[in-house]
Amino acid sequence: MHSIVGDVTRIALFATCLADTLFPDVPRATVTLLERLGHEVVFPAEQTCCGQMHINTGYQRAALPLIRRYVDTFEPYEVIVAPSGSCVGSIGHQHAMVARRHDDEELARRAEAVAARTYELSQLLTDVLGVEDVGAHYPHRVTYHPTCHSLRLLAVGDRPLRLLRRVSGIDLVPLPDADVCCGFGGTFAVKNADTSTAMLADKMRSVLATRAEVCTAGDSSCLMHIGGGLSRLRAGVKTVHLAEILASTAGAGQGAPAAVSR
Amino acid sequence: MTTFLGLPGRPGRPGSRQSPSEPPHAPRGVGHLRAADPFPVAARRALADAQLRRNLSKATTTIRAKRAAVVSELPDWEELRAAGEAIKAATMADLDRYLGQLEVAVTARGGTVHWARDAIEAGNIVTALVQAAGATEVVKVKSLATDEIGLNDALAAAGIAAYETDLAELIVQLGHDRPSHILVPAIHRNRSEIRDIFLREMGDVSPDLTDDPAALAEAARQHLRRKFLSATVGISGANFGVAETGTLCVVESEGNGRMCVTLPQTLITVMGIEKVIPSWADLGVFLQLLPRSSTGERMNPYTSMWTGVTPGDGPQSVHLVLLDNGRTAALADPVGRAALHCIRCSACLNVCPVYERTGGHAYGSVYPGPIGAVLSPQLTGIEDNASLPYASSLCGACYDVCPVKINIPELLVHLRARHVEEARRTHRLPSAEAITMAAASYLLADPGRLAAAQSASRSGRLLGRRGKITALPPPLAAWTRARDAPVPPPQTFRQWWHSQHGDDRGGPAPGDRSDRSDRSDQ
Amino acid sequence: MSARDEVLARIRAAARTGAGKAGTASSPAAPSPGPRYRTRSELAGPQLLELLASRLTDYRALVHFASAATLADEIGAALQRRQARRIVVPPALRLPLPSFVTAISDTRPFLSPAGLAAVDGVVTRAAVAIAETGTIVLDGSPGQGRRAISLVPDYHLCVVDAGQVVHLVPEAVARLSAGRPLTWISGPSATSDIELERVEGVHGPRTLEVVLVSG
Repeated sequence: MHSIVGDVTRIALFATCLADTLFPDVPRATVTLLERLGHEVVFPAEQTCCGQMHINTGYQRAALPLIRRYVDTFEPYEVIVAPSGSCVGSIGHQHAMVARRHDDEELARRAEAVAARTYELSQLLTDVLGVEDVGAHYPHRVTYHPTCHSLRLLAVGDRPLRLLRRVSGIDLVPLPDADVCCGFGGTFAVKNADTSTAMLADKMRSVLATRAEVCTAGDSSCLMHIGGGLSRLRAGVKTVHLAEILASTAGAGQGAPAAVSR
Repeated sequence: MTTFLGLPGRPGRPGSRQSPSEPPHAPRGVGHLRAADPFPVAARRALADAQLRRNLSKATTTIRAKRAAVVSELPDWEELRAAGEAIKAATMADLDRYLGQLEVAVTARGGTVHWARDAIEAGNIVTALVQAAGATEVVKVKSLATDEIGLNDALAAAGIAAYETDLAELIVQLGHDRPSHILVPAIHRNRSEIRDIFLREMGDVSPDLTDDPAALAEAARQHLRRKFLSATVGISGANFGVAETGTLCVVESEGNGRMCVTLPQTLITVMGIEKVIPSWADLGVFLQLLPRSSTGERMNPYTSMWTGVTPGDGPQSVHLVLLDNGRTAALADPVGRAALHCIRCSACLNVCPVYERTGGHAYGSVYPGPIGAVLSPQLTGIEDNASLPYASSLCGACYDVCPVKINIPELLVHLRARHVEEARRTHRLPSAEAITMAAASYLLADPGRLAAAQSASRSGRLLGRRGKITALPPPLAAWTRARDAPVPPPQTFRQWWHSQHGDDRGGPAPGDRSDRSDRSDQ
Repeated sequence: MSARDEVLARIRAAARTGAGKAGTASSPAAPSPGPRYRTRSELAGPQLLELLASRLTDYRALVHFASAATLADEIGAALQRRQARRIVVPPALRLPLPSFVTAISDTRPFLSPAGLAAVDGVVTRAAVAIAETGTIVLDGSPGQGRRAISLVPDYHLCVVDAGQVVHLVPEAVARLSAGRPLTWISGPSATSDIELERVEGVHGPRTLEVVLVSG
């Protein structure tokens, strides 16, 4: 663990390909938040994708160049953050495994070293930067979905909730059956669309039962799934990434739930 | 650049297509390991069955809570799991030696050991043993191995009636149905459906039978009692076979197992070769892990252990059939072989959000749920169960509860890779998915190409109405059947960043790792 | 090649394939100094009996405490409540039975299964009892008899001495001999096969009564 509490830290941002392309407000909020906390954020322009979709769909050879790129791009940095439990989980649990499966021990060792310095946002804030009250203000009724890879691969535990509880104005309500998968699962949502939809229906039922305005999580992908379902239902519930809530401050124009649901 | 086109698959994992040196898979045309339909098709049928959904949800919710309660009672649960994993891994590493020990020990105590390469051979061995005992009826304890090999069909073909005696197996047999759960094969049936089956199929049941579970259990007791008291041949599986002592172990609840392994003169046990455990003391681990994970009890009501023949007590003719049927093919995969560690507790089924919604029949094998999705394709060869490794959202709940710590999500990902590699080796033209993946890899391997593709995708905004996309072309149409898709925003993050910072802030600065000489410090 | 030799050859070939590269899920565990799970307990006598009794009761067994002096009364009272008159007993039970019962000793020629089904119950001793799980273990010793006698009758009265009670499953395994036929019993027979609702009493004895003897 890095003991750099209280220091200005230079943090390399891995935006993730999904958020970069479809949800740019999420990495922007990550930048806003970390800069507000006094840290320097850099965006290494050579970055692309962690390769998780390829790996989880069986295309490990196609993921190899992506893994190599991730390692090459972020190896120079001391602290790396991604606003995605799933991508950080893949980096930590799959990169070295895939490299070894293809007999590239050197890449595996490098990948392990970089993965050890790659943090999901709530981990970075609580474990590395030692902060729980990030000075955010968000006057809305919010429920938190803990996303499977944050919960089980990364074991982030209650870190996101500890951060959310310190947000002023927030009305944080527990999500029933929170630890059950929303049914996204990457290409699972397409290959097994019916089962995925059945899981999504139950997750939406739980979200709606909370009467929250906003469902938040640490993964844009799961939020895209839940938000896509809620939007189709015209349910009137928005999905907003954890980073966006933590970046919000009174009068900063980010106080309202995002205008566009995912 | 490594893409799909024509490049030979370098990582030499054993695929389903077999070379002469690789162990054979379970044969086709016999037993119950292969699905008639791919998982998504079978799942769609199950998902439409409201009664099934309700039955499954109620049952899995109940058993999850029971398991959690009894697991939390043990201060050393994680140590037990670690021990279970270590024992199983050590067993697989020396499987031939332990099976040899088991054979010697069983034989020394008056038992007879038979070996079966596959389902057909096992069926023939058991049939011949029943015929040699002069029996036309047998009583059976619930056994996944005998179900896997279709033993009842083999016996029926020889004119031998096999009576399932486990309550749930009885419900399945009387209902002309298939098991849908490892522990509770009739989990898809509720009490009133079971009453209807009993009224229809049991000749000797009162027409006033209610759907009270106690009344249904009583009906089963009466129905089977005469069979137990007169049976001359019993057939069982085995939860464990102890190499050191030759002891076989059956774990059960109702007493039907005790009846079958105690009262008949002849006892035939069919055991997968992976069920051997090295030492007597290992039972102290597994008899804690199994009941708590399985029925959510501190201990199941009855566990029977026997070692060969005990003069004057129980069957005097005792047989053990050791079954391969694709297990050695799984063993040959150094990652996949972990699926052989399974002790058939079914905890992974009970926590799986996919299983809870589709039920076990959708998996098309006697081994459903997450463990089935990694075990069945290895027993049959992946191409015969190719949809199963994808029947998971990789949520990881199964790994959390597995009593022997089988990393099922990792195995699923591994088998998906094997499937793709296999397809690349055997198909001359890549699939649409392979092309898509290769194209995505090509774009994502380079930030310039990614940026260009992102710009192109802005045109996708034309599809959107008020910030959402409601219909996408195939294969993504499956997404928009139930979910709106996001419209690409006017600006990617990458574009925004460059508009704010230019291109010059991306590089490492003094103090970052590239400026250090001590990079070996990690 | 015989099936035996072929299966063993397949295993050896598979082991060679798997040996080169140890996957994360398959690498054999490093030899450890010894079990890290609990194999020995510090729990003392009275606490052990209390725990055993509560765990047995939890799974619907009937439990009574007795001393050497009150044992005969407890057994008599239990059999009287049950109105058991014809009782099968193992050949060397060595327990005081009330005069109103006819004890049928299970010696050759053994009772048939149908004969066992016709008696009112069985009285046995035990080999070991496990407090943490509420389990009694029979091993076919002369005080326990053939497995069939504690299986077919609908009522089982089991007398357990305090010295036979251990706390943990591994402690019981260490005390037991693999050479004997073992029956582990945790409450009366039960099933959860219908909607996972537990129902006591299917094929084994539907009533299990345990007398714990100390002092």
